[in-house]
Amino acid sequence: MRFLLDDEQREFARSLDAMLAAADTPAVVRAWAAGDTAPGRALWSRLAEAGVFALAVPERHDGLGPLPVELAVAFTELGRHAVPGPLVETVAAAAFLDRVGDEAAAAWLPGIASGKTVATLCPLSPDSPYALDADAADAVFVVDDDTVRLAATAGPLQQSADPARRLARPLGGTVLAHGAGVTAAAAHAADVAALATAAQALGLGRTLLARTVEYVGQRTQFGVAIGSFQAVKHRLADVLIALEFAQPLVHAAALALASADPGAGREIAAAKVSACEATYTAARTALHLHGALGYTDEFDLSLWIRKARALRSAWGTPAACRARVLAV
Amino acid sequence: MDLDFTAAEDAFRAEAREWLAAHVPAAPLPSLETARGFAAHRDWERTLFADRWSVVSWPEEYGGRGVSILQWLIFEEEYYAAGAPGRVSQNGINLLAPTLFEHGTPEQRARVLPPMASGEVIWAQAWSEPESGSDLASLRSTAVRTDGGWRLSGQKTWSSRAAFADRAFGLFRSDPDADRPHHGLTYLMFPLRADGVTVRPIGRLDGKPAFAELFLDDVFVPDEDVIGEPGQGWRVAMSTAGNERGLTLRSPGRFTAAADRLTTLWRSGADPDDTALRDRVADAVIGARAYRLFTYAGASRIAAGGSIGAESSLNKVFWSELDIALHETALDLLGPYGELSDEAEEAPAHGSWAEGYTFSLAGPVYAGTNEIQRDIIAERLLGLPKGRR
Repeated sequence: MRFLLDDEQREFARSLDAMLAAADTPAVVRAWAAGDTAPGRALWSRLAEAGVFALAVPERHDGLGPLPVELAVAFTELGRHAVPGPLVETVAAAAFLDRVGDEAAAAWLPGIASGKTVATLCPLSPDSPYALDADAADAVFVVDDDTVRLAATAGPLQQSADPARRLARPLGGTVLAHGAGVTAAAAHAADVAALATAAQALGLGRTLLARTVEYVGQRTQFGVAIGSFQAVKHRLADVLIALEFAQPLVHAAALALASADPGAGREIAAAKVSACEATYTAARTALHLHGALGYTDEFDLSLWIRKARALRSAWGTPAACRARVLAV
Repeated sequence: MDLDFTAAEDAFRAEAREWLAAHVPAAPLPSLETARGFAAHRDWERTLFADRWSVVSWPEEYGGRGVSILQWLIFEEEYYAAGAPGRVSQNGINLLAPTLFEHGTPEQRARVLPPMASGEVIWAQAWSEPESGSDLASLRSTAVRTDGGWRLSGQKTWSSRAAFADRAFGLFRSDPDADRPHHGLTYLMFPLRADGVTVRPIGRLDGKPAFAELFLDDVFVPDEDVIGEPGQGWRVAMSTAGNERGLTLRSPGRFTAAADRLTTLWRSGADPDDTALRDRVADAVIGARAYRLFTYAGASRIAAGGSIGAESSLNKVFWSELDIALHETALDLLGPYGELSDEAEEAPAHGSWAEGYTFSLAGPVYAGTNEIQRDIIAERLLGLPKGRR
């Protein structure tokens, strides 16, 4: 057993981190929220060049995958920099298309791998009524029970509390496939999406913690850095504990998915709820310890704070995940 | 990255499982915090030792099997899954032995370790004093140089297992003129059943004498029972504290086994509509799993040449809080039977939930309070500035 990322995986993370750190992602997020997707699409292409989307696409369709561990590594970095767009939904669509049939796979997967195609996937249910960023996507897949259709239009948009997440109810379109295979493929895609969301949340939480640690080390009150107060320190220590114990669950879930472990669903659910709850705590702590600054839209950390709340219920609410952990 | 066991590790697991199935007492032993239970648990240590299962990670010359950390974790998983008794020797095995391996002499190891492994000598820890808890370096008990050794005087308290144990280890102020509180301390092993030693048992929350006050009045200890150099006791002891909080004190097997039993309890009749309770059961299962995986990652890091330092504080806070939450959930699931003492005839699971709950309540306090751990996490792992405690 060597339950550690290997050198190559670490290097992959480092290179994505460096690339995204230089990409001014807060500006990209704000543009995306305002409906200007051009900077986001440009960044998307660079992510594709780095191989991010190919990790979800099998080799026979011009991909490198499926490689769930590497996907988790990549999504942690995407989360660290709050990259906008239907990232999770695109890799979920790839996982879905790979299983739903050769024709659909051949039609869409090479484009997803190369970054040419931004996709989104919405398995319609009371828990998931919206397709993320459907208006910005090139392909919108809507799964309704055992039928999948390629939507004709994004439909009306609902504003998310995280402006960088654009929620749509896609309309019309053509039926792509039908039958039990669709249901099974959608369930697999939901697992991939939940894992990617968990990994993304981890990265988001790491940034929320790091920025807050930096701030409380600099902010002075009563003549000392507020980070020297136990009341402040202990909240941040709790955030680190939560993130550190969520991380191995995410990695183990990725391994379980990679080996098609029959218990993978439970592991993914455990990872999803742990990572998203840890990150939500990180966001609440970040907001509080930045004082009124943390409550402003203008301050860039708001992009992370709002996203942390949204990811908590995306692709599996805390209650649904906990129920799944105990499911027989 | 993988979570795979080798064929040899699987074989080791199977061997441990088979031995435990054949030897674990059918009915739980009486609480080890009672005179009768202490004796029964000492016998159990002897049984473990006879087949070299009491200290599997130690070298063979001291009664172990020289196995890897990973195999030790495997053994612990099997041990607790089998419902085997608590370890009455744990203070010695988990706290003193690592110190002897790191700072002891070959003579000390040869003399102290085998009887520790067999349960012949059971050790108590003697860290705290009435005025020195989290601020341990302020301790006042003294060690005064004498011909061929030291004379110990002072008072220790909250000394786990001391009510029935044979010997103890702790820190004493050997140089009252040292420039700083944590200088001039010496790490010593001393007898509990000797002239000048008075042991006053203290009842813990459920009344059992789980710890004791120790009054030392000019107790002679020979030089051979000093660990490390005189005056270097703080440094020597801190390596033990790292072990206590880190990988060795509370192995994940304890919690994964308890979480499995909690799940069984929940399935066996909990109200399926009570989702609040269900979520707590799920969190206990997830927490135990997270702790196991986190420990595997730590073991992998050590195997790759790394070490565990301040990270052990993450562990300590996590398992101590998990342990309480898990047992609280069990008691809530038991409804009116959750109130029963572990000694009550009708106590569910032979009182193991009640006993486990009482035991868990001490977790955030001992081995460095969780407030001290959070300070360590904030200052050493996050790099926040030092402040007043």
